[in-house]
Amino acid sequence: MKQFSNTYIFIFSMVMVLIVAVLLSFVAMQLGPRQEMNVQNERKQDILRSVGKAEKLKEAEDRIAYIDEEFRTYISDSYVVNYEGERVDADAFAITLRIRDEVSEAPEDRLYPVFTYTDEQDEVMYIVPVYGKGLWGPIWGYVSFHADMNTINGAVFDHKGETPGLGAEINTDWFQEAFRGKTIFDEKGAFKSIRVVKGGADPDDPHGVDAISGGTITSKGLEAMLKNCLSGYINHFKMQGNLTYGMNHSI
Amino acid sequence: MNSDNEPLFSAKNLKLLKEPLGSSNPITVQVLGICSALAVTVKLKPSIVMAISVMAVLAVSNVVISLLRKRIPPRIRIIVQLVVIATMVILVDEILKAFAYEISKQLSVFVGLIITNCIIMGRLEAFAMGNKPWPSLLDGLGNAAGYGLILIIVAFFRELLGSGTILDYQVIPNSFYEFGYVNNGLMILPPMALIVVGIIIWIQRSRNKDLVENR
Repeated sequence: MKQFSNTYIFIFSMVMVLIVAVLLSFVAMQLGPRQEMNVQNERKQDILRSVGKAEKLKEAEDRIAYIDEEFRTYISDSYVVNYEGERVDADAFAITLRIRDEVSEAPEDRLYPVFTYTDEQDEVMYIVPVYGKGLWGPIWGYVSFHADMNTINGAVFDHKGETPGLGAEINTDWFQEAFRGKTIFDEKGAFKSIRVVKGGADPDDPHGVDAISGGTITSKGLEAMLKNCLSGYINHFKMQGNLTYGMNHSI
Repeated sequence: MNSDNEPLFSAKNLKLLKEPLGSSNPITVQVLGICSALAVTVKLKPSIVMAISVMAVLAVSNVVISLLRKRIPPRIRIIVQLVVIATMVILVDEILKAFAYEISKQLSVFVGLIITNCIIMGRLEAFAMGNKPWPSLLDGLGNAAGYGLILIIVAFFRELLGSGTILDYQVIPNSFYEFGYVNNGLMILPPMALIVVGIIIWIQRSRNKDLVENR
């Protein structure tokens, strides 16, 4: 076998690494904007799905344009609140994009994005993002609330790599459907979040849904995620939702 | 490229393309690249994309290594091979993320893990390091096709029996379900991929006795 000098080996490796580095950086820069758009588009799509919109996605020819259009039509406003429930000046969508970093901070220091949905009948709903840990990796989702900021209208969840058929079921309709109509505050206004009950929740339980058999750790992770993320909104929800909350009860 | 004026598709070259599909199949005969075969074969579509990705990576890496084979210092050849493979894989990953985002999400880490797919390192080390670019290209295409073929067969049965669909189109009529037919949830789990691969190996060996080890 031919022998190569050490100098040759050094030069060879350096040139090789240089070529590879230039090539990859160039490609990453060229494709970066498109990839970013895909990620943003997915977030928008999930936000819309939590209020039952973007249902014609499969038929849409240009999915990105379709999602963009739906998002502009239905998501009338977005804002950011802090732990105390006061509005702060920040971009809700930008925070949603980096929700993983946001959730890793102490609850008092986090910023909490809210998306406002308004449909043709002027019904208003509020959508908040949630992010947490499953068994194998991150899980996340979007929960939409009715105007009382207490009753859940819908929820979508997704995951990076939960066990197929078990934990991965959190992104299926039957699991997400159970959240519809549940409430996160009790009659006295105390925060209850949503419990994911192993062995099945009592259908009359306003704060509980069925866990996934065999997917206990994912179910528990989802419960912890909801509690962790939604608890930061307590102050805001009480302030904002109190109007309707008080009206309902003063009759 | 062909200084000895060998025709491009000579019998010898065609063999490079055909053998990995059957008698020297990387998965069923050499039992390489099993882990990704288990992971991505729940549905047919990601399997097809995975097969195409591996084909692109293996064919190009084989050619690049073959072109450089006289200049690669033997002492760092494994590193050079890895760098070439890793570069190709990252390119494929970036392109999928930009143009096939949904599928790249389904394949998730497995595209990145093509780097560690033993078939690719194996072909670079065993073939491209000692052969000309054209045969190397054919060898790469052949082996990737052999890998992809098994992937697609396994995914076909897993999707059909596990989800009742082919390429996400429902093929098992609703009337079957009304009669009490249920999708086999076990097909979705990784162990069934092993069992399906096992059945393919069994069928292949009972038809081709040369593959059976002599005792």
